[in-house]
Amino acid sequence: MAQVVPAEGDMRRVIGDGEAQPDGEVEGLADQDLLELYRAMVLLRTYDERSVVFHRQGRIGTYAIFWGHEAMQAGSFHALAREDWIFPSYRESAIGLLRGMPPETVFSWWRGHPAGWWDPREYGVASIAVPIATHVPHAVGFAWGKKLRGESACAIAYFGDGATSEGAFHEGANFAAVMRAPAILFCNNNGWAISTPLSAQTRAATLADKAAGYGMPGVRVDGGDVLAVYEATREAVARARAGDGPTFIEAVTYRCAPHATADDPSAYIDPKRVEAERANECVGRYERYLRRLGLLGDDLLETIAAEAKETIRAGIAAAEALPAPDPSLVTRDAYAE
Amino acid sequence: MPNSTLVEAVNDALRVEMERDESVMVMGEDVGRAGGVFRATAGLLDRFGPDRCVDTPLAEAGILGTAVGLAMAGWRPVCEMQYESFSYPCLDQLICHVGRYHWRTNGAMEFPITIRMPTGGGVKAPELHEDSPETYYVHTPGIKVAIPSTPSDAKGLLAAAIRSPDPVVLMEPKVLYRSPREDVPEGEHVVPLGKARIAREGDDVTFIAYGGMVAVAKRAAEELEASAEVVDVRSLKPLDEETLLASVAKTGRAVIVQEAPRVAGFGAEIAALLAEKAILDLRGPVIRVTGYDVPFPFWSLEDEHIPSPARVVEAAEQVLSF
Repeated sequence: MAQVVPAEGDMRRVIGDGEAQPDGEVEGLADQDLLELYRAMVLLRTYDERSVVFHRQGRIGTYAIFWGHEAMQAGSFHALAREDWIFPSYRESAIGLLRGMPPETVFSWWRGHPAGWWDPREYGVASIAVPIATHVPHAVGFAWGKKLRGESACAIAYFGDGATSEGAFHEGANFAAVMRAPAILFCNNNGWAISTPLSAQTRAATLADKAAGYGMPGVRVDGGDVLAVYEATREAVARARAGDGPTFIEAVTYRCAPHATADDPSAYIDPKRVEAERANECVGRYERYLRRLGLLGDDLLETIAAEAKETIRAGIAAAEALPAPDPSLVTRDAYAE
Repeated sequence: MPNSTLVEAVNDALRVEMERDESVMVMGEDVGRAGGVFRATAGLLDRFGPDRCVDTPLAEAGILGTAVGLAMAGWRPVCEMQYESFSYPCLDQLICHVGRYHWRTNGAMEFPITIRMPTGGGVKAPELHEDSPETYYVHTPGIKVAIPSTPSDAKGLLAAAIRSPDPVVLMEPKVLYRSPREDVPEGEHVVPLGKARIAREGDDVTFIAYGGMVAVAKRAAEELEASAEVVDVRSLKPLDEETLLASVAKTGRAVIVQEAPRVAGFGAEIAALLAEKAILDLRGPVIRVTGYDVPFPFWSLEDEHIPSPARVVEAAEQVLSF
């Protein structure tokens, strides 16, 4: 079995820095794919930034910010086929947008309105998982179940670095390996679980090291590099479809935003570090890459930004236009019969 | 199936339902090669293969957690928890997801997951093999719970659980696994959830019991001078209020027998139901005979903990002389 135990700091990268480190490229990605990835990142970024504003305006409730996670979400998503299912945590609350879920659905979720739930089969996106890591076994069970049916679909579960301390992560990862489930365990390691740094979660040199204990490949990738994330996920998907079982991906980034709108990280994170990390955030990095390639200029950039803003504006308007939920909904849908 | 034990009836239900519906699969610790520590799944691996009778890693939360995903992929998983006390790790999945997921989809998706487990004491087992945790399950929204007291009901309730579009916990009293025996209907046999059973007819007092306590209540009824009716609750959720209330309306007296610890146990729920809906029928206080609010004792003391017929008789005499 392929066994990869990456050393600390040895992360896969594709995007260069425009200076000493040259740009790489990912085989098989056409210009349209590259721009599609950018559009997805901008849509997610716009959703996230506007959501923080909407929260301040009292238009949505407490909101879990994912600023800086756009490369991880868009890059991994792009490697999936429509038949593959996504099992998001609350940090990926808007990933359904990439599958055509209307923004008002996600806004409704954060507005505490029943229209915020959806039929997972409609988008291949499971419900947003609020508890930490307990959805990892769901993704594994789904992937295993599809394999048992002879279907080629795989599943990806998103979770954070803190989730790797949970028993549910362990049980899910172990089941995935034992059942050779076509699953991708995607860890967005942003270094912080609310106020708890990674050093207080684990003594392992890297989270990807944990994969070896389950007998599955572990990959470590720069979570701010959308192309590296895409490439690593594409390999994991190919492995899953070939019947070779699950992959653990550790995408490394740094949390540059509060955990949620109710959190004040100035109490525990060095603002200088945040400032430095924000200067190298993933959307800007990719934008500069596309400019160096000559694929993106000011006009197209503005068009893409305007489209995203309009989508989000229409989404919040539609969510706010929904009537208040019928009180009878309180006692509905707990049981199928 | 003539002269069948409860565990044989469970095994038969699994076989019949797996033959009837190819999406039914059995999963759990030691359910395949070993056929289950109580032999409830014996023969299923040979008959249905390792894809539908799965020996899982030793991980109860993982069993139930992957069952959620299996259900999303179109399977009807029947999860075995090897002992009721080993089911506690799966409560995380049960409370956070299994009972909520149908609601989370606004009713669009069904999660037909069955969770089987032995329950209760009286078999002289080591610590944490003899609990009665039904209340944890009953208290969880979105979950249905049934506890049979006869081989036929074990088969029929398990079939109903497997066919239910909702998650159902089926608790099998391990003290009844190998005795008594009775003739169990052949082939498909379904006992609908939500229906209690009159286990013994009587006029003066109603003993309300379920699982292993039905036999205790029946023995008490034999010993009691007055005429006692025994209602076997069978389905704790949904609860057959009608049958319970009709019996208490007839007798005017109720004694609830529950093996689990007393405080906030399921007996308290029945007592509250009678207080709300049967107050004018009652001629005396509703009395609970229960286990104590202590960890289930070492087995040399278990007979002191589990309600005995004598304690039930004493409670009945108290309410009869009120």
